[in-house]
Amino acid sequence: MEQAALRPAGRRGDVEALARAASLSRPVTLAREHLVPTSPALAPLLPEGALRRGSLVTVRGSAATSLALAVASGPSAAGSWVGVVGLPSLGLLAAAEAGVALERLLLVASPEPSSWSTVVATLLDGVDVVLAGSPRSLRPADARRLQARARDRGAVLVVVGAADTLEADVVLTATAVAWEGLGQGSGHLQARRVAVEATGRRASARPRRADLWLPDSAGGATVVEPEADIVVLRGAS
Amino acid sequence: VTPRPGDVGAPGDDRPARLAVVRCPDWAVLAAGANPSQPVAVLHANRVLAASLAARTDGVVLGQRRRDAQRCCPSLVVLDRDLARDARAFEPVLHALQSLTPLLEVTGDGVCTFATRGPARYHGGDQALAARATALVRAALDTVAPGASAIVAAPGVGIADGRFAAGLAARAASRQGFGPVVVPPGGSAAFLAPLGVATLGLPDRPDLLALVDLLARLGLRTLAQVAALPAADVVARFGPAGRLAHRLARGLDDRSAASRLPPPDLVEQAEFEPPLVDAGPVAFTAKRLADHLHEALGGLGLACTQVVVRVETEHGERNERAWRHEAAFHAGAVAERVRWQLEGWARGPGAPTGRIVLLRLTPAEVVADTGRQLGFWGGHTQADDRALRSLARLAGLLGPDAVAVPEWRGGRDPGATVVTVPATTADLETRAVLPTPGSGPWPGRLPAPSPATVLTERTAVQVLDAAGQVVGVSGRGAVSDDPAWLVGPGGPRAVVAWAGPWPVEERWWDPPARRRRARFQLLTDTGSAVLAVIEAGSWWVEGVYD
Repeated sequence: MEQAALRPAGRRGDVEALARAASLSRPVTLAREHLVPTSPALAPLLPEGALRRGSLVTVRGSAATSLALAVASGPSAAGSWVGVVGLPSLGLLAAAEAGVALERLLLVASPEPSSWSTVVATLLDGVDVVLAGSPRSLRPADARRLQARARDRGAVLVVVGAADTLEADVVLTATAVAWEGLGQGSGHLQARRVAVEATGRRASARPRRADLWLPDSAGGATVVEPEADIVVLRGAS
Repeated sequence: VTPRPGDVGAPGDDRPARLAVVRCPDWAVLAAGANPSQPVAVLHANRVLAASLAARTDGVVLGQRRRDAQRCCPSLVVLDRDLARDARAFEPVLHALQSLTPLLEVTGDGVCTFATRGPARYHGGDQALAARATALVRAALDTVAPGASAIVAAPGVGIADGRFAAGLAARAASRQGFGPVVVPPGGSAAFLAPLGVATLGLPDRPDLLALVDLLARLGLRTLAQVAALPAADVVARFGPAGRLAHRLARGLDDRSAASRLPPPDLVEQAEFEPPLVDAGPVAFTAKRLADHLHEALGGLGLACTQVVVRVETEHGERNERAWRHEAAFHAGAVAERVRWQLEGWARGPGAPTGRIVLLRLTPAEVVADTGRQLGFWGGHTQADDRALRSLARLAGLLGPDAVAVPEWRGGRDPGATVVTVPATTADLETRAVLPTPGSGPWPGRLPAPSPATVLTERTAVQVLDAAGQVVGVSGRGAVSDDPAWLVGPGGPRAVVAWAGPWPVEERWWDPPARRRRARFQLLTDTGSAVLAVIEAGSWWVEGVYD
């Protein structure tokens, strides 16, 4: 059934033969192909430095929304599409500042609770990251089917808030520590120091911690440098 | 060597090639199989793309919104654009024209182009060739859709020097409804002179629309006025787009002969042993060939704007078509066109009797790759196709307005800067990238970071000072006292840090629409920061920095 392709012969022939030999001898999939490009700020929190495809992430805590945007920003900047379900009050300007490409964003504001799992499943087919609000009364069978779908498609499902019957692979808990830049009638909010703890199942079972600027002064996420106690803020505007 | 429509005589000769354009107006309607009694319109991204005569009599015009079109014509049958269907249905027309010239170029939806030099000599001049082409197309249209002349306007054939003039001649022929329009050799500039500048944006040149608008506002209303400007000044003022518009207005081709690049000697071909029956595996191979071709051209810094696809069967039958795309082909688009060509051939009048043994792709026209094809969201990718498919499924599941996409509006409030619009009303395939945050003249905008949660409904709160009085802001923007308490649905919270007021006065010249308000950032003792707004004495929370 193999079609013999006539390609212009030349020096490229040898290179192609080598490439073919390499493709035959390498493993079927490399471990890093199972990872989605993730924002460098989140690398210290994840066992492989990036999120695995097909995993389910729960974000919670007082900075959950910003953290969910930070999770979505890595794949989105790398060309993936992001779907948002059931988060009608998501700040789109904040999303853009966090690095989410707005032209690759699909929003389903508030689906009926009964169609929640159908909508999420359809989005998992088409996009690489789905940010979803907390599901209400999700049947265990539907939850299992959704997780199987995410694994099959290699998409990441990020649930903001309680995951209900879904079993999270990674749980990110963000606790706001302090805002910088706001005075008594002066300045403006510039950056927030957030302590993030990651727990979860399997490889993520060992808890990891990191201090992040979330958002930093540009709206993105960066790791707090341990030795720098003084943060350089932008001039007051 | 494959003959090309772009062939011209001597090198350095800036005269454009003489081309014939055959144009079937509102082709999408005809391809969808409309019947004469029904008003039909084909829509894309909520805009009318093509409409039948019945719909046009009721007032449906191109570019209209769906709702407006349905208001004009309540019995309107609305269909979605389907490029594959259009291309398949075009095959009988191409088959009929093949008796005139071996290589036809499919230029667009219901539009094809061919070089006239050889055929005109054979058929006894341009006039005779054009008349013959008109007769052939009319006969072919009746096989596509019986009674085609009652459904859409008559097809037009135009012959002129240069692609742009020939295309407009074909439009003129179709409008006047009888006979072809033949512009004499060297007469393209005179033919174009009285036409309006808006015609520059017509044939698949959406990139010129902004310039057309600007030219019209500068008082340049006809192409003659544009052509009369000194070329150097046009380039200095309007850049590459101006240069292109100026060349087109003078009746020249978009690129000068000197700057035209010879196509590289790259041919991608596959021979099938055993021969293949189905179009499916051939299209699959086409994708692989197109990927190779794209990669090889990319290595040379080139992009392909015209590709010739040749298919042969074991019985020696062959089908060769040139496909053109102004904004350079990406690999997926080439594979798509191979599939359309195969399907059209298999179902059309000259269907092959044998199995397919050969598929060959030849880049016939190339341009220096200036990144134009990256306009498709930094390259149209498989991820885009997948996302659009699941979007279509969701729209079917939840209704057309359920899925939204962000659109940049600009504004002073985080909620007004980026708004959402139904995904079905946005042209997702050609949507321009949103302006980068931070651009645009919006004095009084709040600085980054923006609140991650923007409340969709106003949550009324009270902001009190230490004495328990509601904090107010005077007409001069002075705050009555320091905010000390934020009383919300969850009870009172002490304010530990705050900034403001940042007053905004919008539309003060228009009393009914006038708005005066002041924004504050408040940080409470729980560590949560909110964006609070006071307008006419009442406070609410607009966003939460969570």
